[in-house]
Amino acid sequence: MKSVIAEDLVKTYRDGEVRALDHLSLDVEEGTVLGVLGPNGAGKTTTVRILATLLKPDSGRAMVGGIDVIKHPDKVRQIIGLSGQYAAVDEILTGYDNLVMFGELYHLGKKQAVLRANELLERFSLTESAKRPIKTYSGGMRRRLDLAASLIVKPKVLFLDEPTTGLDPRGRLEMWGVIEDLVKGGTTLLLTTQYLEEADQLADEIAVIDHGKVIARGTSDVLKKQVGGERLEIVVEAAHIEKTQAIVSKVSGNKSSVDAGIRMVSAPVSTGATALIETLRELDAAGIHPLDVGLKRPSLDDVFLSLTGHIAEEKEEAK
Amino acid sequence: MSALLDIRIITQRQLRLLTRVPEVLIFSTIQPVMFVLLFRFVFGGSIDTGQPGGYVQLLMPGIFVQTVAFTLAGTASGLAEDLKKGLIDRFRSLPISPSALVVGRTLGDSMLNIVVLVVMALAGLAVGWRPSSGITKILIGFLFLFLFGYALSWVGIYVGLSVSDARVVQNVGFMVTFPLTFLSNAFAPTTGMPRLLQYFAEWNPVSTMVAGCRELFGLQNEFGATAGSFPSENPLLMSIVYMGLIMLIFIPLSVRKYKNASN
Repeated sequence: MKSVIAEDLVKTYRDGEVRALDHLSLDVEEGTVLGVLGPNGAGKTTTVRILATLLKPDSGRAMVGGIDVIKHPDKVRQIIGLSGQYAAVDEILTGYDNLVMFGELYHLGKKQAVLRANELLERFSLTESAKRPIKTYSGGMRRRLDLAASLIVKPKVLFLDEPTTGLDPRGRLEMWGVIEDLVKGGTTLLLTTQYLEEADQLADEIAVIDHGKVIARGTSDVLKKQVGGERLEIVVEAAHIEKTQAIVSKVSGNKSSVDAGIRMVSAPVSTGATALIETLRELDAAGIHPLDVGLKRPSLDDVFLSLTGHIAEEKEEAK
Repeated sequence: MSALLDIRIITQRQLRLLTRVPEVLIFSTIQPVMFVLLFRFVFGGSIDTGQPGGYVQLLMPGIFVQTVAFTLAGTASGLAEDLKKGLIDRFRSLPISPSALVVGRTLGDSMLNIVVLVVMALAGLAVGWRPSSGITKILIGFLFLFLFGYALSWVGIYVGLSVSDARVVQNVGFMVTFPLTFLSNAFAPTTGMPRLLQYFAEWNPVSTMVAGCRELFGLQNEFGATAGSFPSENPLLMSIVYMGLIMLIFIPLSVRKYKNASN
């Protein structure tokens, strides 16, 4: 069963001048994680805001948990959790106060709200800082509390809009751990990110979006295959770059490229390890001693590049 | 029923913000008290009111009204701040009615006025303010002041949601409230103004509120009711009409704006 369905969503801003969503369609299977991947301004936040009932699309249809988002936003709000870049908590109140307040607003009753708040603080390792105002929290703690606030009523569908944007590497790893635990519990999750490795790490399936539409989707393996197998990378001394390039091109049968800065010659290969051995033999015969060799599987960066013809670039996010 | 509960929770949140950031309460109180002292001692000596008890009797209702009028800016900038930080998105993603959220906020913000009015009244008493109409009328006067602040906080909701930056909101708030409170009978008689401004001043809701409170606090000469215009003859009635109009217009406008709010 599909927990989230978006069909043909169109959303324009400034009287049609900015087209944030251009017939975007996607869906999320129940109990799985969909990573929506794209650069700033691709339409990720707009998609989440529509699915979370905060914004009405110009046209198109959206269902969450089998409920029409546009017709029954109030019913959708009872089964979703939203957390991310823009949805936030009260900075002046303490972590505890925030969770109790949101619990009460979900009509848990004071007693239940307090219990749930303590439970969530414990689970996200925030018990010690529970009585401190949020503005004293680190970025990572703040995101964890934000996530906790979106889990108060155990939502059927969770939306996380760029959950780690702006976090330092440690905060990001912590957040990943928390999200992985959540997903193990069977929550249906739609996650947006501009980090390719984040989608790779957390999502069962990835939808790549650019300029307001989905341009590719599949598991990260499928997407990587779309780019075409592996890449041979050889680092040599500057004097040998030209010769090496010729050898790599010959063996791989593909045009090789050079990154002069790190003196690396590389080319896509289809025969994997065999190509590697052959290249090394030829290099040896030519008297070239490579400084480093490797066979690299394509990253999602490569995927994005080959899908869009441009690197994941940023444009001004339309709000 | 659940809407009432939601309103209570949001009201509590607004009040809790005051206890968490005591500076807000302190400065919201210091500023009007400072105005009381400045006007009382700077103008008090040179403005002849022909009134027993002197200028301070006329001044206090004026400063009360001016102070509650600033609720507009307070509500507006608080809301703009919440909007910018994404808190409004979170609230709007919850299964609660949007009107509960704004009603709770206007109530919470208006509660601050109770504290401020009490402190100002004490400061007024200390510098010679002596309302002479009896406790019931005085309390009715304060009820009027509270309601005026409440009505204006609905305008504040609309302004806060329409202007995106909290600092701009603060400025817009002052730009609206300063001329309104000074182009009135609050601090000086309107008789000295150019003819056109006199009309404006007499129809100004701030003037009807001030004149109404002066009446309720037991003053004879209401300081500026000169042209014999309807509002200056019937200040309390007009104040009720104004408050009703403000809420009639701005409650639906603000609730609708809130439903579609986005940062």
